[in-house]
Amino acid sequence: MSEEIIALLKENVIQGRKTIEDEGVDESLDGTPGVLELTQSAIEKGIPADEIIMHGLTAGMQIVGEKFAAKKYFIPDMLASAEAVGRAMDILKPHLEASNVETRGKFMIVTVKGDIHDIGKNIVAILLKGAGYEVNDLGIDVATEKIVEAVREDKPEYLGLSALLTTTRVVMGEIIEALKENGLRDKVKVLIGGTAVSDEYADEIGADAYCEDGFQAIKKLDAFQAAKA
Amino acid sequence: MPREGILVHNPYERMTKEQVRQIHHASMQILTDPGLISFNRRAAEIFASNGAEVTPVSSGDHPTWLVKIPEKLVLHALDSAPRIVKLGARNPDNALIMNGEEPRVYFVTGSETNIWLDVEFPTYVKKSDPKIEIQVPEFHPRRGTVADLCQSAHVCEHLETLDGYIRTVNIQDKDITEDNKDVNKFFASLNNTTKHVMSGLTSLSQLDNVVNMARIIAGGEEELKQNPIISFITCLVKSPLQFVEDTTDTFMEVCKRGLPVVVSSSPQAGTTAPMKEAGIMAQINAEVLAGITLGQLVNKGTPVLYGSVPVRARMDNLDDSYGAVETSQYNVDCSQMARYYKIPNYSTSGVCDPRTPGTQSSVERLFSDILVTLSGPQYLHCAYGLLECNSVFCLTQAVLDDAHFQMIKFFLRPARIDETEIAESLKQIREVVATPQKLYISYIRRAMRSRQISPPYPFEGDGEGDNVFALAHKRMQELLAKPVDHIDRATTARIFEEILGLLRRQVDGLKTEG
Ligand code: B12
Repeated sequence: MSEEIIALLKENVIQGRKTIEDEGVDESLDGTPGVLELTQSAIEKGIPADEIIMHGLTAGMQIVGEKFAAKKYFIPDMLASAEAVGRAMDILKPHLEASNVETRGKFMIVTVKGDIHDIGKNIVAILLKGAGYEVNDLGIDVATEKIVEAVREDKPEYLGLSALLTTTRVVMGEIIEALKENGLRDKVKVLIGGTAVSDEYADEIGADAYCEDGFQAIKKLDAFQAAKA
Repeated sequence: MPREGILVHNPYERMTKEQVRQIHHASMQILTDPGLISFNRRAAEIFASNGAEVTPVSSGDHPTWLVKIPEKLVLHALDSAPRIVKLGARNPDNALIMNGEEPRVYFVTGSETNIWLDVEFPTYVKKSDPKIEIQVPEFHPRRGTVADLCQSAHVCEHLETLDGYIRTVNIQDKDITEDNKDVNKFFASLNNTTKHVMSGLTSLSQLDNVVNMARIIAGGEEELKQNPIISFITCLVKSPLQFVEDTTDTFMEVCKRGLPVVVSSSPQAGTTAPMKEAGIMAQINAEVLAGITLGQLVNKGTPVLYGSVPVRARMDNLDDSYGAVETSQYNVDCSQMARYYKIPNYSTSGVCDPRTPGTQSSVERLFSDILVTLSGPQYLHCAYGLLECNSVFCLTQAVLDDAHFQMIKFFLRPARIDETEIAESLKQIREVVATPQKLYISYIRRAMRSRQISPPYPFEGDGEGDNVFALAHKRMQELLAKPVDHIDRATTARIFEEILGLLRRQVDGLKTEG
């Protein structure tokens, strides 16, 4: 019984179906419960959260990643699956402590002061959440002091900064300086992204990594995780 | 179920209703003054016995007659010419049903080029930095062969947008003569595609052999009538205003047999037709109507297509210029005239002036393909692979052309705006605006899966360079490797028994493939 739900969960992640109303990659699952309903009933059946995550959500996401790499899936497919997993994680959050599972880490993401571009930032947020990170999105045009404050309070392991304007990317350097001044720089890894920045720019302002897109972010984060272990 | 082609909902027209009437009246005047010169005795006689004013002009080796066709005769013919013409196909699902009143476009190859273009991709090394190598397409022209014609039909069978096949290349093998050319070109085409096959005839003596072959393939006389898997193009009128001796004979014989035939006229503005739009339009329309009238007099009700291949002259050498903007204008006008007469239109686009594929060829062909398609001709020929004004055919170019016809067809899909769509959209907008990310991305997929999103350009490379030709060439080779439904063995055997002149190697190839 529990195996069946987990298998369905995995299949629905692959198909990127959040709810019973969603269409998948094909019609095979149309009209059947999606990831959110299945996650709910898995909890009700007493299946431990770690099992739901490992064998259902993560296992499904693994296959989605493979399909994307093989060009069988496009970005919208990947995002649909990631969003479903991200929302399922919200449902599972209260049960995680009980089953002693840790998320992959806290990721704070923000578009810097003066910049309102957020499409890319939002996509990165969805992908990271789907990859198992606990994502805290501070929004757009956020003042440096607020960001520093949030880092102090929330203690994320990673801080993602987005800037698409050459006039706003300088704020990224200011944020790093402010983190230093507040004794927080060594507590958080800073990742930057957006068309205005580059690897060179990351070096210039002393960020830990530049990410071309959300997928690269996942890879770089994985490398950080591996280095930690 | 016939092929769908693409229905153009609001066909683009250049002329006002009044201008159409003016062209019609000018053409009617042309048909009586100056009238047409006929080099064909039978045609002159048929016109004379039906009330046209026919007077001998010269005698001797090439006797000619002046034929003045009264409007009444033309209107009568327009009345009896069918509005709906069916072009059958070996696979009945590939049949084309053309309605002179409905601007549904079918995309077809053409013409009969002498030159076949091979493509190669040699590697070039950068002089200043020999580590850098690139592959550059190189084009090698040579005379076309039966094998080329088979290859081209084979690939065209697999081109999604291509609705019918006009033999693309002139077969010039050593063992091809005037007497076996027609049977071999029709067999090469019919055996390698299940789509409709249209061609001109080289020798009238071969007409019955070709028709018999089609009869065997279609399954009998009546079957061929119901499903005319072949049809013919004849340029019976040479511009300006002359019935040619031999092609007019061919035309009349095809009409007698009741098979569909294109009455095609190809005046060149500047040389064989007036330079200006009003002039070339009045003349080409008169020429085509004269042909249609003759066809109906020979066999009332025989299916004909209004064939227009008007071009403008190049100013430097007076060659045809298919790339000239005016050429598209004339074609669009002709499509409007044919619709006025409710006769399916055989029109032209895609041909370009340069000899090899490249930037100029892409610009010119796409320009005319879009504009002429928008005018809604029923049968758009010459649209694949043709270069240098119909004298060169390149199969890789045909594959490229298929890609842009997919774009054109997608563009012409009717707007999907109705109550349901609006309701669904409002729901989506409200849902998304309420989320933190405010992104519609999760709805993309649904549209994508139901093919509501146009596919990416299929020959876009991974790197920065333009790799279009190499990718299209690869695609062409893939299509060539895909099998096609040849004529079955028993029928083939019968054809070889009954039809003389077929080259054995046409089916030896089949053996190695099978
Ligand atoms: C869409 C867009 C807008 C939209 C934004 C809508 C929205 N909700 O975000 C609107 C119309 C509002 C807008 C406004 C403006 N824009 Co604008 N905009 C763009 C455009 C066309 C696309 C950006 C985009 O969304 N791309 C798609 C996403 C998916 O890609 P992305 O943002 O790059 O994100 C990916 C990666 O970069 C990376 N990434 C991004 N952030 C992060 C963060 C982290 C942590 C990580 C790991 C990864 C990561 O991952 C993402 C996913 O793959 C760009 C052009 C361009 N080439 O980028 C111009 C562009 C950025 N805009 C530009 C300009 C000038 C403006 C305006 C100033 C125009 C004006 N005069 O008003 C205003 C800016 C106002 C302001 N204060 O910010 C210029 C910037 C030039 C410069 N000086 O640097 C650009 C480059 C266009 C141009 N060539 O002129 N813009």
